[in-house]
Amino acid sequence: MKTLILKDIDDLIIGSLGIVAFISFFVGGVITIQTALNIDNPLIPPSLVGFATRQSVILEFAPTFTSIIIAGKVGSFITSSIGTMRVTEQIDALEVMGINSLNYLIFPKTVALLLYPFVIAIGMFLGILGGMAACVFGGFSSLEDFIIGIQTDFTPFHVTYAFIKTFVFAFVLATIPSFYGYYMKGGALEVGKASTTSFVWTSVVIILLNYLLTQMLLS
Amino acid sequence: MIEVTDLHKSFGDTEILKGITTTFDKGKTNLIIGQSGSGKTVFLKCLLGLFEYEQGSIAYDGKIFSKLSDAQKRDLRAEIGMVFQGSALFDSMTIAQNVMFPLKMFTKQSKSEMEDRVDFVLKRVNLADAHNKMPSEASGGMQKRVAIARAIVNNPKYLFCDEPNSGLDPKTSMVIDNLIQEITDEYQIITVINSHDMNSVMEIGEKIVFLKNGYKEWEGSKDTIFKTDNKSVTDFVYSSNLFKKVRRMYIEEHQ
Repeated sequence: MKTLILKDIDDLIIGSLGIVAFISFFVGGVITIQTALNIDNPLIPPSLVGFATRQSVILEFAPTFTSIIIAGKVGSFITSSIGTMRVTEQIDALEVMGINSLNYLIFPKTVALLLYPFVIAIGMFLGILGGMAACVFGGFSSLEDFIIGIQTDFTPFHVTYAFIKTFVFAFVLATIPSFYGYYMKGGALEVGKASTTSFVWTSVVIILLNYLLTQMLLS
Repeated sequence: MIEVTDLHKSFGDTEILKGITTTFDKGKTNLIIGQSGSGKTVFLKCLLGLFEYEQGSIAYDGKIFSKLSDAQKRDLRAEIGMVFQGSALFDSMTIAQNVMFPLKMFTKQSKSEMEDRVDFVLKRVNLADAHNKMPSEASGGMQKRVAIARAIVNNPKYLFCDEPNSGLDPKTSMVIDNLIQEITDEYQIITVINSHDMNSVMEIGEKIVFLKNGYKEWEGSKDTIFKTDNKSVTDFVYSSNLFKKVRRMYIEEHQ
């Protein structure tokens, strides 16, 4: 089981770092540019760009939108790998051997995804770093103003809120794709369909839970 | 011995198995044959405990499967080896890891003991140099032999094979058939093969159970199948001109 967990950490967590880092850095930059371009009132302090970037990245972009991207990458991987095992009778082979296939296949993925908040923490850091780079190199405001912005009115609970959401989404990312993979029927075409369906439902559940958790934790 | 008594299995309103009673003996290759849709695969999956059945019983050496506790079922399953139609090798593992898998799950052997056993069974199926290959790098015949190696690595008492020759050329099919028969004889296990390969029937069918529309239509052996006048069996087994000629020659020879 330890080997399976380590393999799933490699596949699901380490394997997602590249895409999360890339997207976070550039989307953080875009958030900064969009915010800066839409501020034309001289009464608004230039540090607002940093503030808006921090809030957008920590509250929504890193936990929620990264999770939807990961639903596409990790969710499809989980559904298609378990679905292919179903189609090629590998799950039947486990059952015949007397192994609880549900536990054998899904438990390691659930444990591996407990490390998902670390991916999101890296996404938060790189999102803000990308914003800072875009802000400074694009000439939208100075480095000092951006840093003042990201320190202004910092509420530690917002980070806690983001990580609570991330834990919930990690569970969703492990279970819904596994369900669609494990209980699929048919052949190769159905594996593709199951991957698509699992992505759609994982995204829908993440968006709905995001709304409910925000309502419960922040309002 | 595996004893099947009055086995009934339905999916919804459709009854697939309609009261099958038969036995499978130790040290024999037992074949289940029949047309597509006759209930062979469902029967095999009932024997394996993958499907629950509504009526009847399956007893493994006197132990009735449906009456066993979960722990007893797990113990029994450790004594079962299965060769799936598509081999069902684990894609993410090498051939050696695939064969070692049941040992890791069911025994407390040391790593070197497990490696020795894997070496032994891979040599037994003539795959001594294939340890580090991935299943995707192996041919269909090699995959079947790996599946057989995985099925026998834990010294099973019962070996089940679902269409072990499907997708293989005649020569490789014969190699697989002979291998299964040798292993059955060597380890004195109960082998049940689900097949519609007539070459297998003629070569290794020490006991043959013919299913039709969910009923056991006929049972016998590779010798008695030549003499039977059961029309369903003769229509199925001797559907090709070649087998019709073979049968004619056999009857002429033995008259």
